[in-house]
Order: sequence, then structure tokens, then C-alpha cells
Amino acid sequence: MEEIRIENLTKSFDGFIAVNDVSFTIKTGELFSFLGPSGCGKTTLLRMIAGFETPLTGRIMLGNQDITQLPPYKRQVNTIFQNYSLFPHMTVYENVAFALRIKKVPHAEIDSRVKEMLQLVKMEDQAAKYPNTISGGQKQRVAIARALINKPKVLLLDEPLAALDLKLRQHMLIELMNIHDAVGITFIYVTHDQSEAMSISDRAAVMNHGNIIQSGPPDDIYERPASIFSAYFIGETNLIPAEVTSIEEEYVDLKCNAGDGEFFEIDSTFHFRPEVGQKLTVSLRPEKIAISRTKPRAQEDINVIKGIIEDILYLGSHTQYIVKVGNLKFRVFSQHKRVYFDDKALDWEEPVWLFWHDTDSWLIDEVTPMGMDVGEVNVFERPFQTSRGVKRLLKSE
Amino acid sequence: MKSGKLYKRMNLTIFTLVMVFLYIPIIILIIFSFNDSKIVAGWQGFTVKYYLQLFENQQIKQAFQNTMLIAILSTLFSTILGVLAALGLENKRFTGRKVMNALIYVPLIMPDILMGVSLALMFNFLRVGTGMATVLIAHITFCVSYTTIVVQSRLQGFDYSLVEAAMDLGAKPWLIFWKVKFPLMIPGIIAGALLAFTLSIDDFIITFFTSGRGFDTLPIYVEGAIRRGTITTINALSTLMIGFTLFLVAITKRVRNLLLR
Repeated sequence: MEEIRIENLTKSFDGFIAVNDVSFTIKTGELFSFLGPSGCGKTTLLRMIAGFETPLTGRIMLGNQDITQLPPYKRQVNTIFQNYSLFPHMTVYENVAFALRIKKVPHAEIDSRVKEMLQLVKMEDQAAKYPNTISGGQKQRVAIARALINKPKVLLLDEPLAALDLKLRQHMLIELMNIHDAVGITFIYVTHDQSEAMSISDRAAVMNHGNIIQSGPPDDIYERPASIFSAYFIGETNLIPAEVTSIEEEYVDLKCNAGDGEFFEIDSTFHFRPEVGQKLTVSLRPEKIAISRTKPRAQEDINVIKGIIEDILYLGSHTQYIVKVGNLKFRVFSQHKRVYFDDKALDWEEPVWLFWHDTDSWLIDEVTPMGMDVGEVNVFERPFQTSRGVKRLLKSE
Repeated sequence: MKSGKLYKRMNLTIFTLVMVFLYIPIIILIIFSFNDSKIVAGWQGFTVKYYLQLFENQQIKQAFQNTMLIAILSTLFSTILGVLAALGLENKRFTGRKVMNALIYVPLIMPDILMGVSLALMFNFLRVGTGMATVLIAHITFCVSYTTIVVQSRLQGFDYSLVEAAMDLGAKPWLIFWKVKFPLMIPGIIAGALLAFTLSIDDFIITFFTSGRGFDTLPIYVEGAIRRGTITTINALSTLMIGFTLFLVAITKRVRNLLLR
């Protein structure tokens, strides 16, 4: 059963198209994420579902009801705002009770429902406090309780964890998942943080320039990116420009351009039927590549290439190597395990072998854009702006 | 380190000097209100007779009543008008917004005497007899600017996502105003009202031009009394007014603390 159906939704601000003809459906009880860089339209989309923005064209269906033109106070949709937007002149208790007071619910019922909600978010002992005397994580909890008390059909979360520090964010993420399981309603979650979206969602949609680039379960988007954008935005990847030289039953042979007239050959499984001579891009996740100073023994389904270590970044749980192959830079993640290769650590400027199984690479039916260096960090603008930043961005455009 | 110490010491000296210049005259006034002498020269012994005279003086009683009535009424009207003006000027679709905003500020910088004279001229032109009504109108006129600006500054810091949050939780625009926006405006409204009240209580120039004969407020009476030379009761009266002002300041602080939790 579907809870939310979006049909051909478009919204523009002063000629700038924020959301461009977007359609999708979200099932009842699903935890669905919109993921994308600042200004990609994800917050605008959410605000249209909440009723704060009116779409230019298109329809929003909640169950069997067309809610496109309904004002926010008539929608069975509640929002958790990025800065929580708790009422500063009311106690935690009154904040949570607000929606019921508006509806003139009897006092006894309000009391029991508020207590139940505060219990759900573990804030029952803070009920008498005012919002500016509690911590960010606690404000978050109050915001969740306040939004859920009206028993909405859909809960919208606009970058709910952006204002919290890393440890608290991870903790609240688990908490949110527990609350989602407890109340069983549809959650729509907007974030620019791919790790948040990956860990929390049943399904996610990657957005860019007002369009949904790809949607599906997070692991599907990660392992099988449909475009260079989603490959790059979700997680980290190496993008290798390649040309198809021959196609066999399950494999294609690829000639990869390393620049300056250098080429190397690899093979890969494929999921769409390329043509011989077609130029495409290979996406290869850094953690799928093994790195060693000794050449692995030849195997048919293993690709082996040679490079030189240009940089080593120690990152605690793993080390990132930047390895130069011709003019291409490969990023390789290697975990600190001493089970194999327990000889001395790899060093700068050292020639190494990179190898990976040919099912671990993924072909993308797009030509690698010019000037897009493999391993380059800033190919797309990396998002760390808040959705307020988005609004500013929209205004400036 | 050394220059830091010097800086600190200089700061303290300047601060002390400012305080001395500010409060020495007031302290002298308070002391001399208890002085048993007709002129302010030399200590002649302690007395409270001027305070007693104060309460017997019918003119002072009348002037005090007039002052309070004008202050309360002008505060009430100017606060209501100020709140409405601030809310109206907030609306970005309102075309005369910028001009109005500028006009609101004019009475703040315009010399009181100009305002007094122009009001007097207008009342004369309209053939309105001067008296309580004209004073009240004049006070409301100059207080409205202050209340509007104070309420406006409070609205400027208003977080509009709260309105969205309230709307999201099912509140219609009218309820949002009364349940969210208005409560958050209250500290600004009270601050504006208190400002209007104090401005009205001690206004002399504008009242002087608009009151005419027979309607005295305290400042007008004080000026007249000093002209006539009875400075001693005025000292006592001023001491009481200082006390009242301090009381008002204390209340303001209390109210602010209570509301800005």
C-alpha cells in the first residue's frame, strides 16, 4: 500500500527550478530518504509535502486524498525542523501538548498522551523545563514527541541531526530507527549526509539539480550506481575512463586511458549491453581494491595493474592510499589487519600492485567527463551546508 | 601585562568619575530635601516638614494626578498603536512600508521644541482649546514612535520557523498569532510601554506648549515653582520621583527576567 504519491511535481523560485518534474511513491511505514547536495531540491520537496510551499505543477496524494492545495494545518503530516523550532515560551510539556491543545482535546487525555510521548523519547523527567535549558539532543527528542503526538500519517524530517555532534548523531540515528519501529508510520528523511541515509533508510533517492537521479535500497545505490553522480555522491569511488574492446558472454574487455598515451587493460562484468568501441566509465570502490608490493599470482578473474604510491593517509580504522597509475590517481582503502602482508608497511613513492575481482567493478553508461580526475575529491561540490544554506543559495540564484 | 593593568585602572577611574558626575547632584538634592532651610546653602538641621508640606499642597496633588492620568492613558494608546504599527510594517507587501518606517523614526531625532511648537500651532489652527485632551494627544504622538520601534526590534529577532511549526501542528493563522507570536512579543511590548510611560511622566517641553493654563503636570508645576522660588518642596518632590523611577526600573528588570526565561 502506498502512503505518499508524488506526481510530476515542479517548483521554481524566480525562474530557478528547484524541483523538476519529480514523481515517486513511498509505501506505508517506509523510512525513505532524500539525499543530495545543497540546493538539489530535497528540502523544497519536503516543504511541499508539509504544505509550506505550493507546487507550480503536479499533485501530492496522501493515501487517497489529494493534499496539494491543503494548508499545512489541515494535513496529517508533521515535520521535525532542522533547528527544532521549539516554542521558547512553553515548557517541554506544553510544547508536546501544543497540537492537542489546538484541537481542544480534553485535559485528561492530553495529559496521558503527552506523558506517553515523553516516555517514548525518554524525556519524562524533563517535562517542566524550558527549551533553552536543555541540550541539543534533548531538544531533538522534544521535537520528535511534539510532531508524533498528533498521530500523523507521515513524519517529515528535515536534516534532523545536522546540528548535533558526531557521537550524538550516531546515537540519535539508532534512536530514530527505534522510534520508527515503535510508531510504524512513514518517515521521510532529508539529508546531505550519505552515511546517515545509508544506515537509516529502507529506500533512498539521490537528488541533484531538482531531479531524482536514482532511487532504491541504499545498498543497491551504493553497489549499483546508475550514474556518475550517484556513484560519486554515495560513498567514495574511483572513476576510470574506458573503451570497450570486446564483449564475451559474461565479461567485457576494457581499454582504460591512463593519460599521456598510456593504456591498461582490465575486464569487468556488465549489467547493460555495451557495444564494442563504446566509451564508458568504470566505477571502482576504494575498499574493493587490494594493494601489495608483491605481484599476486595471475588469475583469470582478477585485474592487476601497477602504480606508484603518491600519498598515504592514516584514518584510524583504515589507511587511504593514493596510487598513481599513469596520470590516473586511484584511491585505495586498506584496513589495518596483520593477517596477510605482515611485512613492513608500504611507503611513499613505492611501486605497488593494485588488484580486484572483475565482479567488483561497475560499468556506468556515461563518458567520463573531461577534467574529472579519478580520485579527485572535489569533482562535485561536497555538501556540508545546512538547508538554510540552501535557501540562501536559492535566493542568490 | 603591565599595560593591561594600566588599562584596567584607567577604566575604573573613568567609570568612577562618570558615576560621581552622574549621581553627586542627585545625592545633594536628596540630602537637601531634608535640610531645615529655605535656601540651598549650608546644613541647618534635619527635617521632614517639606515632605509633609508636599502632601498638603493641593496644586501638587492635582499636578501629580494629571501626570499619572496622562502617562497611563498615553502609554495605553501608544502601546496599542505601536504594536499594530510594528505588525503592519512587517508585511512586505505593504507598499508604503519604507516611507512609513522612515517617518516613524523622525520624532526620535526631531527636537522636542519643534514638535511642541508644531503641535501648538496645529491645535490653534484647528481651534482646539488646550487642556488635558491636547496634552494627551501630544504625548501619544511622540510615544508611538518609541513603542513602535521597540516592538519592531523584538519582531526582527522573531524566528519564523516557529510559525511554520505551529502551522504544521494544526494551528490556524489566528491561533498562531495568539499562541505563539503574541506571547513572544510581550517582552517587547512591556519594554515599549515602560519607555512610553517614563517619557510621558517627565516630558516638559511638549507639554509646556500643548497644556495651556490650568492643566499642570508635575514637570510644568516644578518649573513654575522654581520660578516662584519655592525650591525646598521641589527637592522633596524630586526625591520621591527618583524613588518612583528606581521602583519602575526594578519592576522592568523583574518582568524581563520573568518573560525571557
